[in-house]
This record gives sequence, C-alpha cells and structure tokens, in this order.
Amino acid sequence: MERLRHYTGVLPATFMIVVFMLAPLTIIFVYSFLTPGDYGGVKFEFSTEAYTQLLFQKNLFDEVEFDTSYLTIAFRSIWVATVAVVGSLALGFPAAYYIAQQPESRRNTLLLLITIPFWTNLLIRTYCWILVLRDTGLINNLLIGLGVTDEPIKMLYTEGAIALGLVYTYVPFMVLPIYAALERLDKRLIEASRDLYANRWTTLRHVTLPLASPGIVAGSILVFIPALGAFIAPDLLGGGKKLMLGSLVQLQFSAARDWPFGSALTMVIMSAVLICLLLFAVNQRRNEGGFQH
Amino acid sequence: MIRSSDRDIRWLPGFNWITLCFFLFLYLPLIILVVFSFNATRSATVWDGFSLQWYVKAFSNDDIQNAAKNSLIIAAVSTLFSTVFATMAAIALGRNREIKHKTAFGGLLLLPLMIPEIVTAVATLTFFTAINLSWGIGNIIIAHTVFCIPFAYLPIQARLRGVDASLETAARDLYSDRRTTLLLITLPLLAPGIFSGAMLAFIISLDDFIITMMVAEAGSTTLPIYIYGLVRTGVTPEVNAVSTVLLGISVIAVLVSQWFAKKQ
Repeated sequence: MERLRHYTGVLPATFMIVVFMLAPLTIIFVYSFLTPGDYGGVKFEFSTEAYTQLLFQKNLFDEVEFDTSYLTIAFRSIWVATVAVVGSLALGFPAAYYIAQQPESRRNTLLLLITIPFWTNLLIRTYCWILVLRDTGLINNLLIGLGVTDEPIKMLYTEGAIALGLVYTYVPFMVLPIYAALERLDKRLIEASRDLYANRWTTLRHVTLPLASPGIVAGSILVFIPALGAFIAPDLLGGGKKLMLGSLVQLQFSAARDWPFGSALTMVIMSAVLICLLLFAVNQRRNEGGFQH
Repeated sequence: MIRSSDRDIRWLPGFNWITLCFFLFLYLPLIILVVFSFNATRSATVWDGFSLQWYVKAFSNDDIQNAAKNSLIIAAVSTLFSTVFATMAAIALGRNREIKHKTAFGGLLLLPLMIPEIVTAVATLTFFTAINLSWGIGNIIIAHTVFCIPFAYLPIQARLRGVDASLETAARDLYSDRRTTLLLITLPLLAPGIFSGAMLAFIISLDDFIITMMVAEAGSTTLPIYIYGLVRTGVTPEVNAVSTVLLGISVIAVLVSQWFAKKQ
C-alpha cells in the first residue's frame, strides 16, 4: 500500500484518460462485433456483419455481392489525404528551409506566425475558404472582374477544395518537423558539397533532402493521420456529398444510426493510425543510431 | 544586383517567394473573414464601408449569448481540472523517483493527441450512452478535460525540466517539509508553465467542435456548434462577426501563453 502512495500525483490524469478514452475505445471495438439496435445503439448479439458490410452488400434477392461503394469512400479518403500531404510538402518544405536560414530572432517570429493559425478555430478557418472559393466568392469575382472568365468556375464542393482545406489546416504539422531537422543541419556539409562542385540543386537533392528526411517523414505522418479522419473540411468544402471516412463515421452515429458499422469504420481508421505511428517509431529509431556530426 | 556568390551558401532561388506565398496563404483567408465582419452590407465579398452592425446584431442575439455562456463555462471548468491534473502528473513524473514505468505514463498522457478527433468523438458518445451518463454540459466538460490534459501537460513538463531540482533539495535541507517545499519553491517556479498550459487548454476547449457536437445533448449548444449551424444554412456576416471574436480570443491566449512560456 505504501508504494501506491507515490502514484497519487499521476492518478487523476491517468484515471481520466483510461476511463474516458481507453475504455470508450475498447467499447467501440466490442460494438463493432455486435448487431445494430432498432433506434441506434446496439443489440448484444455477436455479428461480423459490420465488417463484411465494408466490402459486401446484400442485394434485393438476399444474395451477398461484392460492393465497392465504401471502398470508393476509403480510397477517396486515402487519395485526398495523400494529395494534402504532397501539397503541404510542396509548400511547407521551402518555407521550413527558408525559415531555418534566418537569424534567430526572425526565426522565432516566423515560427510563432506558423503556430498561431493552428490554435485558432478549425471550423472558422475552414469557413474562410467558403468565402474565397464559392461561386460568388473572391476568386471568382476577381476572375470575372478581370474578364478571364464569364461564368464562375466551380471550385467549392470539389475534392480539390477538400484537399486545399486540409493543406491549409495541417501544413504547420509539416513545416515544424522539417524545420527542426533543417535547423540541426550542419552548414559545413553544404559548404563541403559546394566545394566539391555540386551546384545548389544537386546539393539539395543529395545532401539536404536526405538529412531532412526524418522531418519529412514525421511531417507527412502528422498531416496524413488527421487528414484521413477529417470531418469539417469534407463536410463544409465538399458539401457533404463527397463522403470521406470521417464524415461516414459521423453519419453512422447520427442519421444512419448504425453504431456497429460506425464502430467498424472507426477501427479501420484506428488501424491506419497505428500503422502510421509504427512507421513513425521505426523512422525515429533508425535515425537515432544513424548519421551524427 | 546581388551576385550569387555573396549570398548565404544555403540560398536557393525562389524559396523566399514560396515562403511569402505560404504566409499569405496562411493569413489572407483569416484577414478576409475579419475585414468583411466590418462590412456595412450583407455582402461577404464586396466592400461597402465600415460598420459594427453585425457585432451588435450577433451579440444581442439570445441564442449566441447562451452559446457563448456555455462555451465559457465549459472552457473554464475543463481548463481548471485539466491543468490541476496535468500539474500533479508533471510533478510526480518529474520529481518522484519511486514511480516506475514513467515512459508508459508519459505516453498515456499524450494519447489524446494521437487519436483522430472523430474517433475520440464517437468513442466518448458511445461510452456516455453505454453508462447512461446524462449530465448536460457536465458530459462535455468531462470530454474536454480529457483532451485538454496533454495540451496543459506539455508546457508544464517543459518548464519543470528547466527548474533546477537542487533548489528543492536545498529547501528540504533547510528543514522545509514536502508540502512547504511544493508550495513555496516548486509551484512558484513552475507557475509560468502552468499559466502557459492553462491558456492552451482554454482555447483548445473553447474552439473544439467535433467532439462537442457528438457529445452535446439538446440544449447544451456551444459557440462553435452554433456557428456550424449558421454556416450550414449559408454565409452571413453575423458568422464573420462571431468568428472574429473567437479568433481574437485564441490569438490573444496563444500570445499570452508564449509570453509565459518564455518567461525566465
């Protein structure tokens, strides 16, 4: 008993997370193997229906046939999240590289400028893009005003809009780890490379990028995970028509009232997250024992 | 004209312009939102002169007042609980040598950061339904306390690492008991970290939408949920006005949090 006294400090926080986060996740796991209740909730009858539903659907004659509608949504989520990762990298890497070169005080100001939007409301940040992208929005007004086009170009409610919203939301997660990797990078390595007649781009490809790769991998995972389960961007910028995994889960627990299926989808998202975290851990470990200077 | 040889060896052409675009991309949409919240007409794209009418309209609206009140109560209570729990955990893990499996405890405290919000949202909803818990905004406060813990914990833990443990040892050598050392030495030295963490917990709670939406019962509307309802029905300047106020609170809280975190 005496030994347990030492643990009083960590107890409240641990209790909250174990009871209100780990236990709920366990319940979701259990529910994914049950039968849906009549008005939401579950019936305690074992069933793997929720998982088979992901790939197979019963047709009118009660025959089970292969069905790709949920697979399409899953692939759309992976695709849009991948585009978001690539977009964040294209925009985030040069920014991180530039910031890492600045004098220290300026660096800190720029980093603060990157983190501020992260702490502001996700919903509001996404809503901003409705103002910019809609048919009577700023870009279309500008294009029509300049005579580039007569009719508004449809930008809102497309997959592109969703990816753009995701890049906007999660690009700080890409910049910060890359910056951390580049900031540690020894300037003399680049000097050495240039002395050996490599030009700027060759140096970037063969020296800087390999050394920044742990940051790039970390950043990509940090963008990919939340993008995969995103709800707000697909809902507001995709108009709720281009369903993604996050919105599909939300739908099962609200309008569709199919909790076991929603739980199975949640488990799919969680497995994707676990795979990403595992990759992340492997990446970290490989770099700890790796190159040192 | 700067010759390329005069430049920093790491300089790459175009990267400064991409960085500029990056910051414009980050801030222009927010600036547009704020600017048009002061527009004199309903238009959210054409400027027709300065006016505060949307703020007056928004804040004389009973529903918005109610939602704002709920948001503030939830954020204040969740901040209090999560900061107290995070402080206790940080001190225990940072100072108590008798605790085993510290990495496991540390990882557990950061767990809410690693799980996508939608997963936390449906899991919490399912759990509350399963145990039949129906405490109105109490449910929301519990959910918020959980995901605010890591945000409060990180700055406190960082601060504690910078506090010299020998100061506490010195106090103990001078016959101060554990409680007095904690109250007079550790906590005052830790205070900037605690304030910094509390600020972050507060805005994370104030801004949360997905988890609140799933967990909230009828009648416990918060500001983000109210804004979502308005956005779904169309773009209105009132949304811009309320959003601008929320943005302002977040930005001020982050700056204050940063200021505390840097304090010597």
